[in-house]
Amino acid sequence: MAKETNTTRGPSAARLALELSGVSKSFGPVQANKDIDLSVAAGTIHGIIGENGAGKSTLMNILYGLHRADSGTMKIDGSLTKIRSSADAITAGIGMVHQHFMLVPRFTVLENVMLGSEGGFVLREGRDATIARLAELGENYGLHVDPHALIADLNVGTRQRVEILKALKGGAKILILDEPTGVLTPQETEQLFEILKVLRADGVTVLLITHKLDEIMAITDNVSIMRAGEMVGHCETAKTNPQELAELMVGRKVLLEVDKGTSKPADTRLSVSGLNLWSDRGHQVLNDVSFDVRAGEIFGIAGVSGNGQSELLEVLGGMLPVGGGRINFLGQTIDSAYKINPAALRGLGMGHIPEDRHEHGLVLDFEAQENMVLGYHNTPLAGAGRLMQGRAITAHCQAQMDTYDVRPANPKLHARNFSGGNQQKIVIAREMFADPKVLLVGQPTRGVDVGAIEFIHNQLIALRDRGCAIVLVSVELDEVMSLADRIMVMNDGRNMGIVDASKTDANALGLMMAGVAA
Amino acid sequence: MADFLLQFLLALDASFRLATPLILCAMAGIFAERSGVVDISLEGKLLTGAFIAAAVTAMSGSPWLGLFAAMIGSMCMSLLHGFSTITHKGDQVVSGVAINILAAGLTIIIGIALFRTGGQTPLLDNADRFRPIILPGVELMNNVPVIGTIYREFISGHSMLTYLALAIVPLSFFILYRTSFGLRLRAVGELPEAVDSAGISVYWLRYRALMIGGLLCGIAGAYLSISSGANFIRDMSAGKGFIALAAVIFGNWRPWKALFSCLLFGFLEAATSRLQGVDLPLIGEIPVTFMLAIPYIVTVLLLAGFIGRPSPPAAIGVPYDK
Amino acid sequence: MKSYGLPHWAEIYLLPAVNLLMALIVCGIVIALIGENPIEALVVMIKGAFVFKGSLGFTLYYTTNFIFTGLAVATAFHALMFNIGGEGQAYLGGLGAALAAFLFGPHLSPVIVIPLVVASTAAFGALWALIPGYLQAYRGSHIVITTIMFNFLAASLMVWLLAGPLMQAGQQSPQTPILPESAHIAKFSEVFGVAKSPLNFSFFIALLSLVAFWVLIWKTRLGYEIRATGKNPDAAKYAGINVPRVIMITMIIAGAFAGMMATNEIMGVHNRAILNFTNGFGFTGIAVALMGRNHPFGILLAALLFGALFQGGVELDFEFQSITREMVLLIQGMVILFSGALAYMMAPILARVLRTLGVIKGEAHG
Repeated sequence: MAKETNTTRGPSAARLALELSGVSKSFGPVQANKDIDLSVAAGTIHGIIGENGAGKSTLMNILYGLHRADSGTMKIDGSLTKIRSSADAITAGIGMVHQHFMLVPRFTVLENVMLGSEGGFVLREGRDATIARLAELGENYGLHVDPHALIADLNVGTRQRVEILKALKGGAKILILDEPTGVLTPQETEQLFEILKVLRADGVTVLLITHKLDEIMAITDNVSIMRAGEMVGHCETAKTNPQELAELMVGRKVLLEVDKGTSKPADTRLSVSGLNLWSDRGHQVLNDVSFDVRAGEIFGIAGVSGNGQSELLEVLGGMLPVGGGRINFLGQTIDSAYKINPAALRGLGMGHIPEDRHEHGLVLDFEAQENMVLGYHNTPLAGAGRLMQGRAITAHCQAQMDTYDVRPANPKLHARNFSGGNQQKIVIAREMFADPKVLLVGQPTRGVDVGAIEFIHNQLIALRDRGCAIVLVSVELDEVMSLADRIMVMNDGRNMGIVDASKTDANALGLMMAGVAA
Repeated sequence: MADFLLQFLLALDASFRLATPLILCAMAGIFAERSGVVDISLEGKLLTGAFIAAAVTAMSGSPWLGLFAAMIGSMCMSLLHGFSTITHKGDQVVSGVAINILAAGLTIIIGIALFRTGGQTPLLDNADRFRPIILPGVELMNNVPVIGTIYREFISGHSMLTYLALAIVPLSFFILYRTSFGLRLRAVGELPEAVDSAGISVYWLRYRALMIGGLLCGIAGAYLSISSGANFIRDMSAGKGFIALAAVIFGNWRPWKALFSCLLFGFLEAATSRLQGVDLPLIGEIPVTFMLAIPYIVTVLLLAGFIGRPSPPAAIGVPYDK
Repeated sequence: MKSYGLPHWAEIYLLPAVNLLMALIVCGIVIALIGENPIEALVVMIKGAFVFKGSLGFTLYYTTNFIFTGLAVATAFHALMFNIGGEGQAYLGGLGAALAAFLFGPHLSPVIVIPLVVASTAAFGALWALIPGYLQAYRGSHIVITTIMFNFLAASLMVWLLAGPLMQAGQQSPQTPILPESAHIAKFSEVFGVAKSPLNFSFFIALLSLVAFWVLIWKTRLGYEIRATGKNPDAAKYAGINVPRVIMITMIIAGAFAGMMATNEIMGVHNRAILNFTNGFGFTGIAVALMGRNHPFGILLAALLFGALFQGGVELDFEFQSITREMVLLIQGMVILFSGALAYMMAPILARVLRTLGVIKGEAHG
């Protein structure tokens, strides 16, 4: 397949820390990486950007030896290197900060850092040296952590520092960070970037994997763009702009505006006042959140991932009990004294498209038709009598598959065997068929192909125009801005303000996401 | 008073004897489960060890050879457990059940094929067994009041294997908490991905943990059939493997606490045989079956969080799939 | 679940057959190693299970037990729970039979007594599974460990009861007196005049249970909830399914199936509660459920197979010097190993064979 070389300007002049050519990797029928070429200059911060599912993590896992490429070669510092395991990668001077931290919560920082390079059979032999090394690294890069603290007691930002320390301890010259900011607050992100700059100055090559354009623009020297398993371009960051990068990522002009027409909001369907929630560990994840959602509008909730949006959806959906405050749903008050379960909420007219369709929205080992009645299996949809009726279920599923263009339109196929977009369509078809009075929607297009995204967006707007009140949570700011009529921004569990979507812009919302009230 | 002390010491002495196989199996269970592999096959490995020790000793006349063979034999059962659960990622509980049933069947089938005595092995001479060792100085200490009695009745006079079991507890603690192997082993039971990403083989670590467990169960089996007993009898493990598992849980997957649990369970068993039919003042006759059920009851209560809080390894029971 | 490129039919029918074959081959090797002829042993077992007079009755009598205990394991499996407690639940079912029989038996007609006593076996089995179910659902205790412990607790309880409060007066053996006649389930040999065997009408209760199980799991809304809970408890929760409640109900049903084993052993055969009447049948249920792939038809076949093995195994004792009925334990262990823990070991090999033979096309996946 032809590369879009118009933007390619490889950093050929500089010494290359890493050079990949022709790397491919398949998982069963899915080709995650197709013939990837990548050159990374030593001592630079190199961004790799792409949508969810573009194959970035697979590529990095190949680099780090967690997956093995089907074909292709890799050069590190100019010499051909074979990496078969993470042990090889570590030896080759590659360190990785994983998206999901590889830290044992019950171990101390020291134990986690020592794991794998203990410095002798008896732990004591390598102990003091490791503590000294940690102090040294802390001094050099501003990565101060108490070596005797338990990981479980540390916050996310500090845990990430421990991950970086782990990678640097052995003297890594290439540091891979896989979506490092997804869990960080803006301040922590800022601190992380400072650390990365010091590392770069020290000669470390940094590979930053992200799907966020602003991060690429803010910190990288060069950027490579991936789409659908392929490398579609390499640019010097200074010579590109977000619009161009976005087009390369998505593969066509990005429609940042969806033609949604004007909303005609009517009666208030859902009213939240002073909602609080505490986690098991006592951290306050929702802090005095209040808002109203009316029939015929899409109420968007924006924010950096992990600022309470997920928990808010779970409380609204009856998955988590209310910690404090009140929810009024169609006149029914729900508070900490009155618990309600998801089934009862459904009965009252609440639909829920969960954020994670694999874990929460579908039973992957059920047939599509069984999934089509999940949560509605106690209604006549699944059969009129006491027993479930296979024929009725199949017919219902077939009809829904036709309406929502699910492919293949085979009700007996297991949900696992559909693509991400078609799986999501099954969930959406199911929740929309019930004609809910309020629909909770989480990350409606995560990991969904472009064609399906448009379809799903149009369906949501159509449902709004039929008079449904929609609560939309998405970490994609563009999505919230283009779909929502009103937007609430969340930061650290708090409502930072509610703004009219037509009267705001990404800058204003970004400030609110960073914790500056509107 | 002296009589009471003697009675108490005898009960304590018996507790140690009864606890010996429990301690060894419990340490085996700790190694396996700390590495993330559920081990309900302790019972089967104990039985295998008991049979092989008795059979090999009977044929060779050497208890040392019997002990060695038992350790190897139990380790083979561990390897089978590893083959199905680590290599083939099979269900760890299913594999454990299979090994327990296989052990129950094979020990009898092979026993009959070898000795034709209905599943038992021939009785061993005392010379061919690990008999109680009288520690030096018992005569000398005899004259010292109290301490002399304690030394004679309690500290001295156990099988070599009992002393070995007691020595294995601090050794296990040292390996688990003070060595790099132990650090990795505990990590692999908590977050195998972290171990993998540190460049260490998850599979090989778990295999080694299981193999250590096999060796220990083999020693425990040898204790049953060529030390405290003089031959192998069908089903001679009689649930001890499961009591050891209970001790692992009750000991919160920690060596010292597990040792304490084993001694407690051993003491209960020792006390039961002494209290059978005895009327105690105020309490009346102790229901013996109830006392024997205590290990099971406390385990259930502990797991349910009614007494203390269990903290099993986080990744236990989950096969690691790269 | 990975299919290793096997087509559906091969995964459902061929793979289990290959696994069973593997288990039997390994057992054959063990027989050969101890110096006997495995083929001869097989012939003796088949004769012992089906050919000799009355042998079929014995085989079906064992089958009855294994249907009940297999269902006890399979029901829990559908909700992703491993019920190792079938043995204890069946034991308690025996207590239920005895208590109900002595309570109702002397006064009422069999038409009323038998349903009551059958219900009592189910209720007592259910009770013994309910506690582990409750602890799993609401206290987070692991069902495997708890049901193991409850097996031992059941044994302790029954020893105490049978050697104490329930013991027949003036007797030394730990057992209850004979149950009232009205609580006895008739034997086939008495009714139909066939060869003498313990086979009795509880066999039909077992067959009915299979049908009930099929309806429950695949036709009812509860069964749907059980399967959803087993395959993805989080999604089930999002769908409004009360997962802890489903777990408890599943265990109650599983325990009830196990408890009804007492309709065969206590009401049909021994006519009194005796020590250790469960005889490991509860554990055999694990092999039956695994081999039968938690499907009623598979369970029926597997129960028949194990019924034949148990009955045929008895014959081994007579015919051979070195092979005894413990051979059945070996086969049982091997079946659990190959059909359970190593269920997919043969899958890639089988897929390659089928591809070479041209039965299936395409590349290997996964």
